[in-house]
Amino acid sequence: MVPPLGGQGVNIKKIRADFPILSTEMNGKPLIFLDRGASSQKPNQVIEAMDEYYKTTHANVHRGVYNLSQRATDQFEAARKTMQRFINAKHDHEVIFTRGTTEGINLVANSFGRKYLKEGDEVLISAMEHHSNIVPWQMACEVAGANLKVIPINDLGELNMTAFAEMVNEKTKIIAVMHVSNSLGTINPIKEITAFARKRGIPVLVDGAQATPHIKIDVQELDADFYVFSAHKMYGPTGMGLLYGKEELLNAMPPYHGGGEMIETCSFEKTTYNVLPFKFEAGTPDIAGAIGMAAAVDYIEEIGHEAIAQHEYDLLTYGTEKLKAIDSLQIIGKANNKASVISFLIDGAHPYDVGAILDKLGIAVRTGHHCTQPLMDLLNIPGTVRASFGVYNTREDVDVLVAGVARAARMLT
Amino acid sequence: MTINEIQDEIIDEFSFFDDWMDKYEFIIDLGKKLPLIDASAKSDDKLIKGCQSRVWLDAKANGGKVQFTADSDAVITKGIISLLIRVMNDQPAKEIAEQELYFIDKIGLKEHLSPTRSNGLLSMVKQMKMYALKLA
Ligand SMILES: Cc1ncc(COP(=O)(O)O)c(C=O)c1O
Repeated sequence: MVPPLGGQGVNIKKIRADFPILSTEMNGKPLIFLDRGASSQKPNQVIEAMDEYYKTTHANVHRGVYNLSQRATDQFEAARKTMQRFINAKHDHEVIFTRGTTEGINLVANSFGRKYLKEGDEVLISAMEHHSNIVPWQMACEVAGANLKVIPINDLGELNMTAFAEMVNEKTKIIAVMHVSNSLGTINPIKEITAFARKRGIPVLVDGAQATPHIKIDVQELDADFYVFSAHKMYGPTGMGLLYGKEELLNAMPPYHGGGEMIETCSFEKTTYNVLPFKFEAGTPDIAGAIGMAAAVDYIEEIGHEAIAQHEYDLLTYGTEKLKAIDSLQIIGKANNKASVISFLIDGAHPYDVGAILDKLGIAVRTGHHCTQPLMDLLNIPGTVRASFGVYNTREDVDVLVAGVARAARMLT
Repeated sequence: MTINEIQDEIIDEFSFFDDWMDKYEFIIDLGKKLPLIDASAKSDDKLIKGCQSRVWLDAKANGGKVQFTADSDAVITKGIISLLIRVMNDQPAKEIAEQELYFIDKIGLKEHLSPTRSNGLLSMVKQMKMYALKLA
């Protein structure tokens, strides 16, 4: 059943006006941007916060005695506070700025791996993981002589929790799973995983790249040991992200990168390391990026996570119903608990061809394996066409998509 | 016909299409007609892995000329392959290696040969040329 006309609680007209790119064209057609899964568009509030910072406040942080540097540092650290509030971390020094999800996972795999992974140990990930939550663990396992184990999924595209429970054993040193699947939309039961792991003293890393734009995150309630995400998927700038880690763990782990900012004292004989968060933030950080990410959080919080989730849920259910009415179309990923991602295939048509035709209609969707090649191999498909909705999308966008897909299906089959 | 004569012929044929829709219909048609590489011959050494679509290319030298057969799992990719083969098939190796392929741009399909598409086409053209270069 399709719920009543969507957008309850969000002022969609105002929101669309906040995103200048939405009034541009692609291939001579009004842009219908349905690829938030790869990267969201940016509101004026974010663009202007970064612009303003460069115009009025920029200097390097944590080093100058002069006022300008102090003001830049204040803004940068205020951004950290905003991020702490956003994920409800206990301490602001548990918030490490990174370049994105990928860097966050590499940091943990490398640093945690060096300290805790030994020969014969196991790292547990899931079958639906993004390459960035597979490859860093493969690399860490290779160095340590440890083994990567993979939690299977069921036909709906949900984690097989029975198998998960059976796979955890005394050799398991860390569990790394995604919160929301970028290919299937599945929202994974993170609390169930962390509760199970906690009893056995195993830390859990959560890849939250697809979750933060959609779900209110409370790292303490989730009881995640590490939580990573990217600003660019939640209306913030590219090249910016966050690693949350529990204080005790981060303190126990060795630094990842060496350089300026991360040292306490440095001599040629011995260097001692700075305290958190600076221990993990070597070199000049992306100051404007941090400010942009915090502005994106302010933007999300002003609309409200609840309202965003409801709006996107409406688009998800409306879109799923409409697309299912196309005869040759198959939805890939039918989890009961799903975020606003619809992956699909047209019988007899390659995703690339569908995407190429939609492109000409001004519709931006992602096609291919979505950096989850092992998952696509498992499902025995070459990839999917994926539409993913953001706060600025509308039922009209969905209607254009559905008409475009129907047209592509006619042309290709 | 020479490579450039065929390229000009294709540009001429495409000039009759007013919009991309007709162009795509035509390319899809070509794709559906392209003789397939026999499944048994789709070995991994002939596979060009694009991120988006896969392409198989087989080349044989015949005198100083080169014969190509190719296939793809995506039909638009296949249609464009069919055009590329029409231009390059049975041409002297030296010509294949040296001639610039300007028709793709002229008929408005340049985006399909851009690296971001990652559909295997760009690598396929490179391999065709490399194969010819070795013979030339
Ligand atoms: C679930 C998931 N994890 C990780 C990533 C990688 O994020 P980034 O490229 O911003 O580091 C993505 C984005 O593509 C993703 O969707």
